[in-house]
Amino acid sequence: MSVSPLQAKSIEPILSVRDLKMHFPVKEGIFMRTGKFNKAVDGINFDIMPGETLGLVGESGCGKSTLGRCIARLYQPTAGQISFEGTDIAKLGRKDMMPFRRDIQMIFQDPMESLNSRHTVGQILEEPFQVHKIGDKAYRKKRVVELLDLVGLPARSVTRYPFEFSGGQRQRIGIARSIALNPKLIICDEPVSALDVSIQSQILNLLIDLQKEFNLSYLFIAHDLAVVKHISDRIAIMYLGKIVESGEGESIYRTARHPYTQSLISAIPVPDPHHVATRQILVGDVPSPINPPSGCTFHTRCPKVMDVCKELVPVLNGEDQPVSCHLFEQPK
Amino acid sequence: MSDVILSVNKLITEFSTDEGRVRAVDDVSFSIKEGETLGIVGESGCGKSVTALSIMRLLPQPIGQIMGGEILLEGQNLVELPLEQMRKIRGARIGMVFQEPMTALNPVHTIGRQLTEVILLHKNFSKDKALREGIEMLDKVGIPAPDIRMTEYPHQLSGGMRQRVVIAMALACQPKLLIADEPTTALDVTIQAQILELIKDLQKQMGMSVVLITHDLGVIAETSSSVVVMYAGKVAERGSVCDVFDRPSHPYTKDLLESIPRLDTPPKSKLTIIPGMVPGLLDMPKGCRFENRCPYRKDSCLVAPPDPETIAEGHEVACYEWQELKRNTVPGGDSANFKLSAVA
Repeated sequence: MSVSPLQAKSIEPILSVRDLKMHFPVKEGIFMRTGKFNKAVDGINFDIMPGETLGLVGESGCGKSTLGRCIARLYQPTAGQISFEGTDIAKLGRKDMMPFRRDIQMIFQDPMESLNSRHTVGQILEEPFQVHKIGDKAYRKKRVVELLDLVGLPARSVTRYPFEFSGGQRQRIGIARSIALNPKLIICDEPVSALDVSIQSQILNLLIDLQKEFNLSYLFIAHDLAVVKHISDRIAIMYLGKIVESGEGESIYRTARHPYTQSLISAIPVPDPHHVATRQILVGDVPSPINPPSGCTFHTRCPKVMDVCKELVPVLNGEDQPVSCHLFEQPK
Repeated sequence: MSDVILSVNKLITEFSTDEGRVRAVDDVSFSIKEGETLGIVGESGCGKSVTALSIMRLLPQPIGQIMGGEILLEGQNLVELPLEQMRKIRGARIGMVFQEPMTALNPVHTIGRQLTEVILLHKNFSKDKALREGIEMLDKVGIPAPDIRMTEYPHQLSGGMRQRVVIAMALACQPKLLIADEPTTALDVTIQAQILELIKDLQKQMGMSVVLITHDLGVIAETSSSVVVMYAGKVAERGSVCDVFDRPSHPYTKDLLESIPRLDTPPKSKLTIIPGMVPGLLDMPKGCRFENRCPYRKDSCLVAPPDPETIAEGHEVACYEWQELKRNTVPGGDSANFKLSAVA
């Protein structure tokens, strides 16, 4: 089941997203006319390599979940490409998308809402096999027990219902379901934010173990930068539908370049009473993505705002740690 | 001990449920001095919010009841106070801020009406004066154009702004004590930083004491001077923030501190885990409540719950095996421990 190291080191990305846009129409007035658009995802580019974790961080409303759902094709993106192993899945229809759904799976934040409360755990875990018409009854039963074992739940859980489990155990069921069909890419949308600290570390360790065992790629979406940095190889920071900076976790943390990334890192409370916080507190709230500010969308809150920021939209540039900020604009 | 604002002694709070009586808060004691910030930290269901509701006497009626202990606010025992008098204390001498600002505010009344209600209730002000006071309060909590905001409804404000309004309401009558129950949990980190800073500033200005309840050890480390760590309704450990974070002496505190991913730990390293989960309130173990998850468990732990023991000035631990834990702890703070457990 595991992939040979040679394959893992192949330089072809498993997922490659180009200029992805998701604009939701906003209906207004008595005639419900579509005048404006909520530009939840507005021109996103990134790659994920096999076996790699890309962490996606941002505050609520920055479009990180929408982006995840576009890639899982729960939404039909407005524009752009989503190449999965070389095939553009952005515009595939229901039927054509089916085989890709086996390879791209999703883990949700709230396992209580993402698990059918009227189905037993056995039924929940068998469903992916039924949908994709894989194996006979005996095979499916055997796989379900294997899956439960993989995520650290006892085999007797099969006949029990989601409500009989604690939050952490439910998330394990959600994870078991997502790995049922041996996917290649899993989109984890805030998988640990609803859990207590002591349970959170159990789930993070499980995700890391599973990744090693099955050479999974993760798109790990969360608002907690410490959690994202812990699990990710690379991190992308999102603000108002755009990636403002990306790079290796360590370098983002040590040498954040974008003023937003810097404030985000400095805002995280450190569990050490001797830590002296040199905090850069941002003023105001995240603007609405329906009516984003002109130029750089961060200029309304940026501590280093310049005149040019209000007019010109910065572009993401740079090799190892691309950043989209006029402070780092290369002279043309 | 004249400078102690609030002291909670051996508080016991119970709920009657269909399946029987459960003890959500069991023998909890702590005190808070004037101008101090005390953090109460613990995971969901540990009894930290019920402790806060007990202090405010806001337990859901009739199922929640204080069964024992005392809550002394500047020497006055709140447990025995008639509800009528308690109402005069809430808002006036103790302010409270809840987690979800949308549910704490009434959606069909304007900000102004809700804010002046508190002032009119506790102070003998004319409506005009209350209105001016309200505007001043909004200005104090950093809301731009406060006079316009007074006429708006909660849904017109963002989450961070709403929490500022709730704080303004809680502090409108200059209480001596503010109880903040997860005030920033529903907010984004950059907004959380704003709100924590605001609480700190106002605390300095008004000289009040703050009880900050949270699950986030980082928030405690940054805001509080002393901390109470709760587990399954009991106090596991309490002391100054430096004592508890540098020398965690209860196995639960120690593992909890090590299980959080930090920005400076190597990526994809194994996090310390606390195996299993919190026991249900209905089937609490007879002995120590952490017994089923504890790496230091001895047979003696199963017999009776440990009493808090003072192990250093102002540092109390409820664990029979704290000396054993101390022997096993490598000197050099918890970063050294972390590396050890990462290898193991």
